[in-house]
Amino acid sequence: MEAINALVLLGNYVIVPGIAYGSQLALAALGVSLIYGILRFSNFAHGDTMAFGAMVAVLLTSLAQSLGISIAPFPTAMLTLPFAIAGTVLLVIAFDFAVYRHFRSIRSSPVVFVIASTGVMFVMQGLIRFIVGPRDRDLGDGARFVVNAREFKAALGLEQGLSIKVSQSLTLGITIIAVLLLFWFLHRTRTGKAMRAFSDNEDLARLSGINPQTVVILAWTLSAALAATAGILYGLDKTFKPIIYFQLLLPTFAAAIVGGLGNPIGALAGGFVVAFSEICITYAFKRFLAYLLPENLEPTGLVQLLSTEYKFAISFFILVVVLLIRPTGIFAGRSS
Amino acid sequence: MSYLAASQLVGGYGGANILHECSLFADCGKISVIVGPNGAGKSTAMKAIFGLVRLSSGSVSLAGNDITGLSPQARVRCGMAIVPQVENVFPSLTVHENLEMGAFLRQDPIAETLQEVYELFPALAEMRTKEAGDLSGGQRQQLAFGRALMTRPTALLLDEPTAGVSPIVITSLFDMILEVAERNIAVLMCEQNASQALAIADTGFVLVQGTNRYTDSGPALLANPEVRRSFLGG
Amino acid sequence: MNPTGRQRVFVSYGLILSLLLLVGLFQSWNLAAAIFNLCLISALMSLGVNIQWGYGGLLNIGVMGFAALGGVAAVLIAAPPVAEAWQVGGSGLFLALLCILATVVAIVLLRRRAMSGRRKLFWTILAAAVGYVVARYFFDPAVSAIERIDPAQTGFLGGLGLPIILSWAVGGILAGCVAWVIGRITLNLRSDYLAIATLGISEIIISILKNEEWLTRGVKNVIGLPRPVPLEIELQRQAWFIDLSEKMNFGLITFSSLTVKLCYALIFLAVLALIVWLSERALNSPWGRMMRCIRDNEEAAHAMGKDVVGRRLQVFVLGSIVVGIAGAMLTTLDGQFTPGSYQPLRFTFLIWVMVIVGGSGNNWGAILGGFLIWFVWIEAEPIGVWFMDVLTTGLGEESPLRSHLLKNAAYMRLFLMGVILLVVLRYFPRGMIPER
Repeated sequence: MEAINALVLLGNYVIVPGIAYGSQLALAALGVSLIYGILRFSNFAHGDTMAFGAMVAVLLTSLAQSLGISIAPFPTAMLTLPFAIAGTVLLVIAFDFAVYRHFRSIRSSPVVFVIASTGVMFVMQGLIRFIVGPRDRDLGDGARFVVNAREFKAALGLEQGLSIKVSQSLTLGITIIAVLLLFWFLHRTRTGKAMRAFSDNEDLARLSGINPQTVVILAWTLSAALAATAGILYGLDKTFKPIIYFQLLLPTFAAAIVGGLGNPIGALAGGFVVAFSEICITYAFKRFLAYLLPENLEPTGLVQLLSTEYKFAISFFILVVVLLIRPTGIFAGRSS
Repeated sequence: MSYLAASQLVGGYGGANILHECSLFADCGKISVIVGPNGAGKSTAMKAIFGLVRLSSGSVSLAGNDITGLSPQARVRCGMAIVPQVENVFPSLTVHENLEMGAFLRQDPIAETLQEVYELFPALAEMRTKEAGDLSGGQRQQLAFGRALMTRPTALLLDEPTAGVSPIVITSLFDMILEVAERNIAVLMCEQNASQALAIADTGFVLVQGTNRYTDSGPALLANPEVRRSFLGG
Repeated sequence: MNPTGRQRVFVSYGLILSLLLLVGLFQSWNLAAAIFNLCLISALMSLGVNIQWGYGGLLNIGVMGFAALGGVAAVLIAAPPVAEAWQVGGSGLFLALLCILATVVAIVLLRRRAMSGRRKLFWTILAAAVGYVVARYFFDPAVSAIERIDPAQTGFLGGLGLPIILSWAVGGILAGCVAWVIGRITLNLRSDYLAIATLGISEIIISILKNEEWLTRGVKNVIGLPRPVPLEIELQRQAWFIDLSEKMNFGLITFSSLTVKLCYALIFLAVLALIVWLSERALNSPWGRMMRCIRDNEEAAHAMGKDVVGRRLQVFVLGSIVVGIAGAMLTTLDGQFTPGSYQPLRFTFLIWVMVIVGGSGNNWGAILGGFLIWFVWIEAEPIGVWFMDVLTTGLGEESPLRSHLLKNAAYMRLFLMGVILLVVLRYFPRGMIPER
């Protein structure tokens, strides 16, 4: 019984949140990785692209609520997802035309693209804060829980409850669908294969008649769609606050680099690696150990390796270790 | 006039000119080989014919049509194909996908051409689901040929096809080039292995400092004592 | 420098100084002096980033972190020591430090032993884990003891009580050390990794400064740091000063605060002049030429047998030192250390805009950029609000759109700076005073 309680405790505070956060990071890292694969630079505006998508959802959700439109028990934000994706894609493509296309045409070095992307990042931040302000906005409505902690306890007669939020299960479901769609596109369609070919060997792709402009626009479209989805899911799961998305940039990059920049499968795995390390290292294992250890060995401290304020440090630490040991990523991306 | 003809090419990569009035040609079903010392502009000449080098003067024609102003992609549409010396496959794509990408410009069904390529290179057929990055050097070179053949070109340019390949494989690659030419394709290649390449050449060009030094049939060049002494190592 | 280049420098510097004079005449001399002081510090930071980007082509997205290290140096050097805190926590902290050092030595020794990779990894992880747990065992009680001491006033170790100007050098050294570590890890990889790593380290530095109260008082801030110049109150008591202020026809209070600001300005100018002189000499030396060669054509430089990674490390560390010095000067000027005030926009991005607008690769350009962009930054907020006000007068006082626009107008600064960067990067990539 003690062991089951310990497991449920771990499930409630580590595994369920880890899966949800990992999915969100994976979606975000996939977007970064795609842009890296095709345009060959790290897009620092990706965090705020997520924020923009989430912002569109916030605005449309309150509009829908005021019109009395609802898809309960699902959150209204899900209804706005296609519109948020469309809006984000349009914005990102507009930035490509206004900013990046010029640097491509003069064949600037990747570092110039990175600076340009920080410029885009600040324009987006300004835009977002100008429209909705810097404060928290609640994105969630509809039912809160799929599995309620209290009911779970009562049904199984345990001390510990397990709760699974609607947003968490939606995150997992949508991530699975999005990833399957993405991989189907990249591996089964002609255009998707052309994108992979372009990412592999740009010159040969051009010689084969693959149009670079089409590939680039497609990459932005996919990356923006993934960013908007990740942004909304994160906002639903936690809360929508513009600055949070900037702070997600570091874990996102860490996830993409762990998996090997430009490698979609790696980005997916990297998202979960980073999320679980972050949660495990900042989780206080005191109560978990209390269930498992005999009474006289019970820990007195929190048994927390690092306080939650330092969760960025974990992404950073993972990043540094990977860069030191295997800079191309544990899933062997081809960046050098 | 030959099927593929480049005349009086002058140009380079922006700095000093590398090609100085260099003229090359290739006929359908025949093999033309460019040989010459390092830095003679062999690869540059190939690239110039494919539109990858800016020309300040000279012209290129294919089947009697002037194609000097066309982009490389447009030349692919006209029936030309090139196998670059290095980085000539997509490493993370499977063999099969590489061939599909070779046919990217084609709108018609490609199954028949795929079959032909697999017949020509049986090694590829066995590896069709393998990633190109995992192939050996010789297999990779075969895949690069196959990829270029997917557009059913009438003129094929090969940029040092045997560079970095083991001697045994070189012989089999040359056999394959002969087989490709038999399909009524005009083959133009440049080679470091001059004597071996000239042995299969219908036409040979000896290029020195971006300009033609000798032009003759392959066997004739091999027999020419001066060519032997200066360029074939005795 | 050719004649037109020199002319350009004089004209643009004259322009920016006359802008400051206009502020003095129409707003107030005190404001003008305050802007001027921050312009000097901004110019120094921009000089530091220019050393990294302009000389070496290195992208540092963590300027904020290095500036904050300068700030913390000011606290550690100049704040009065808290003897009681040392008494209760000093030994614990010392033991914890010893544990960490012992762990590091143990790991280094371990890794020198001949072992299979997997066993090496296992022992390394084990040693790190044991070291961490033991260090925490000493560290945690010491920290809570220190933080319990008069939390409203101190609750931290305090500093060494030394003159604050010393901290400028210490801040530079601190920043340089961190830069060395980051540089060692990322400079031999592709350029994006340095950008990502610096972004990460600066976020971590800030969160350490915000959370480790025993060291910096965290978000409770350290106020009342000693100053290298006299206090206004003291000046106001001096007879000669009162006399002078009457002669100059200024109010006593205004004049005293103006004098203090000018004192700061003089010291800052001296530091700026020294660093400009040094970096101009470096730029025009064989070392500087080699740096630019590496930046422009890495492969060629490598082929010539130049130690590309080593040179980059040098330039990255040097630039970070300058940023650290500027950070310490900023905290000195503020007289307080407030970790919450370190925002990436203000401390990283704005500096970048300064370098790019001023002219990367040119010290005079970077300084000009520092002056100009700081000036625009300060004056953009009132102008932006005024502009929105004028724009929306037609909407009526009660309009929710008007109040929303007015409330959020300040965020347009972010937007504006982004646009300036993108426009300059695209249309004037060489900046106002281009590299020679």
